[in-house]
Amino acid sequence: MNQPASAYFLEEQKTPNETHTLSVLVANEPGVLARVIGLFSGRGYNIDSLTVSETEHQKHVSRITIVTTGTPMVIQQIKHQLDRMIPVYTVVDMTLTGRSIERELAMVKVRGSGEPRVEALRLAEAFRARVIDASTESFVFEITGNTTKIDQFIDLMKPLGLVEVSRTGVVAIVRGPEGM
Amino acid sequence: MSDKNHDPNQMTGAAMIVRALKDHGVKHLFGYPGGAVLPIYDEIFQQSDVEHILVRHEQGAGHAAEGYARSTGKPGVVLVTSGPGATNMVTPLTDALMDSIPLVCITGQVPTHLIGNDAFQECDTVGITRPCTKHNWLVRRIEDLPQVLHEAFYVATTGRPGPVVVDVPKDVQFATGTYHPPRKSDVHVSYAPRVKGDAAQIRKAVALLAGAKRPVIYSGGGVINAGVEASKLLRELVAATGFPITSTLMGLGAYPATGANWLGMLGMHGTYEANMAMHDCDVMLCVGARFDDRITGRTDAFSPGSKKIHIDIDPSSINKNIRVDVPIIGDCANVLGDILQVFKAEAKKPDVKAWWQQIATWKARNSLAYKKNNDVILPQFAIQRLFEATRGKDTYITTEVGQHQMWAAQFFGFDEPHRWMTSGGLGTMGYGLPAALGVQVAHPDALVIDIAGDASVQMTMQEMSTAVQYELPIKIFILNNQYMGMVRQWQQLLHGNRLSHSYSEALPDFVKMADAFGCVGLQAIKPGDLDGAIKEMIKVKKPVLFDCRVAALENCFPMIPSGKAHNEMLLPAEANDEATAAAFAGGKALV
Repeated sequence: MNQPASAYFLEEQKTPNETHTLSVLVANEPGVLARVIGLFSGRGYNIDSLTVSETEHQKHVSRITIVTTGTPMVIQQIKHQLDRMIPVYTVVDMTLTGRSIERELAMVKVRGSGEPRVEALRLAEAFRARVIDASTESFVFEITGNTTKIDQFIDLMKPLGLVEVSRTGVVAIVRGPEGM
Repeated sequence: MSDKNHDPNQMTGAAMIVRALKDHGVKHLFGYPGGAVLPIYDEIFQQSDVEHILVRHEQGAGHAAEGYARSTGKPGVVLVTSGPGATNMVTPLTDALMDSIPLVCITGQVPTHLIGNDAFQECDTVGITRPCTKHNWLVRRIEDLPQVLHEAFYVATTGRPGPVVVDVPKDVQFATGTYHPPRKSDVHVSYAPRVKGDAAQIRKAVALLAGAKRPVIYSGGGVINAGVEASKLLRELVAATGFPITSTLMGLGAYPATGANWLGMLGMHGTYEANMAMHDCDVMLCVGARFDDRITGRTDAFSPGSKKIHIDIDPSSINKNIRVDVPIIGDCANVLGDILQVFKAEAKKPDVKAWWQQIATWKARNSLAYKKNNDVILPQFAIQRLFEATRGKDTYITTEVGQHQMWAAQFFGFDEPHRWMTSGGLGTMGYGLPAALGVQVAHPDALVIDIAGDASVQMTMQEMSTAVQYELPIKIFILNNQYMGMVRQWQQLLHGNRLSHSYSEALPDFVKMADAFGCVGLQAIKPGDLDGAIKEMIKVKKPVLFDCRVAALENCFPMIPSGKAHNEMLLPAEANDEATAAAFAGGKALV
């Protein structure tokens, strides 16, 4: 008797996964982040990146930016599940707007001397990364850009003595005069 | 300077809680005292507007409140202490979330300065109950308490109803503050469930309904939740269209079982005609149901040729399991009213005579048939006799979970909404007995029967003591086959008949047990005993444990094996070993 691997009769995925960036405005109250994260873990959704900070202090509003991966049906489900939470004001699928700007900030520590050190500095310049700390055998670069650019920069630093990376995750905003 | 003693709105947190209950029209609450709720119990002691029902275990309080809510349409209210009091509520909260039952649960918490210290009877109540409530609050300041209490009632009862928890530390219960009655600004501005359906979508839906050749209406618990008005409108729509109608387990009673267009329940243990109609229909109108896996069977083979209209108040129910063509977000009563209006104004009653003929051939298969037996009581027969004996009476039925629950759904006919209380989504064994308590509290003169199994009923049996204390004459009708019947059925069908731990070798003597509780014990062993014993059970004005000894190895059919489609049902007449083995091949890992 052949036995399926899953507890449910899952349809074979006919539709490929998509990556979407969601902006979520929430009331800044205790537990709100736990609710959002609990939703993702409880229902088995992916979180590729998550950033959160209060954006309007007077109104106690925080903005959460989530990058997630799933089939279009799952992405739609995620948006509905977020939207029905009591402290959630709005959920906007930045990817669907087609006009969103996304940025990440990363701090990249590279250790080395001689030619690799010079090469690291040269590449940093090309990527418009700033040196925010330096010692005789190391640099810390600050770089801002979209995820691909930062990934690329980190890859280039690997053979040049990459020690560690700290990055913020994606924040996003829509172009033009309108707010969300 | 004003004298604080003269301001009637100055009161302690504990007094605010009791006051808020009154302001929200609460007549009964179910609870269990403990250290962290003593100030609230002290307030309860000093008033008589809200009656407190003392249960024997917090889980019992939760299910009793669910039964209360389900049978009245009002929120059920629970009061429990911190720590174990709160953790014992996790099952009923999850149950209420799955079945969209409005519950307001107030939990005590250790004083704010001890939170996080692993204090005695401390637990992270809001953390633990976050995934099993619609929303929850930890109230750290007395200033926030009145607003949170009012918002809790609002959130529990509006939109898609659900359970909420308000966790109140003991020092906040003692603190004094200013109470205010419910007001609009108590609610998060971000919470605004949509009630009215989109007019353009409603037109699209009516156009589909008007052009249907093989339509089916599939209704669910949402119609019950939307109130008696929704059931009335559903009946009108069925009459106006002439369409056949089926319902989920949760939706039974919205359309009467005696109605001409009734196909019976659908799904895993639904009737053949209901499932075949779902599979072969060209237009499906889903009202307040959520395409759960017990309904759809195999999703990629679910009703392949139909256009689907889905009415639901919760946008996240749309396209979750099954892609639909015309989603309508809104309250069932509101949307059904609009559809009916547009349909009557613009559409003619479609000709569905050929479709009804097709349905008649499926009905003729008689999928609920069972072999009669003169020596032992068959569970199906017991429920039919119970149903006959209760006809014309003001009857409410609750169930536990398992074979008896499915037989009750198949063989007990419900003609009105709010008469059928069962744990559908979570499938909680032990739900029915305390739920019956709650129903009886709300309807003291009604006949309230828990159709139970011998295994389930032992999970919350202690609540018989509550029934005796409050003179609640609930009837616990136990279909006793000494097995966890549904577990055994699956072991027989899927696990080579290896009956691993599904047989109870040491059952209590339920009649003696009734005696010990101070209620009435009855027993029926032979089919001939049944009618007399049932009559006696109904006559007695005390709680009854009815030990109905039924055929030990009877199984529940018809059945859609999990992972199969609606048109691959196993009918009782065909359920021989070979057919069963073939039908269940490959389904072992499914639930």
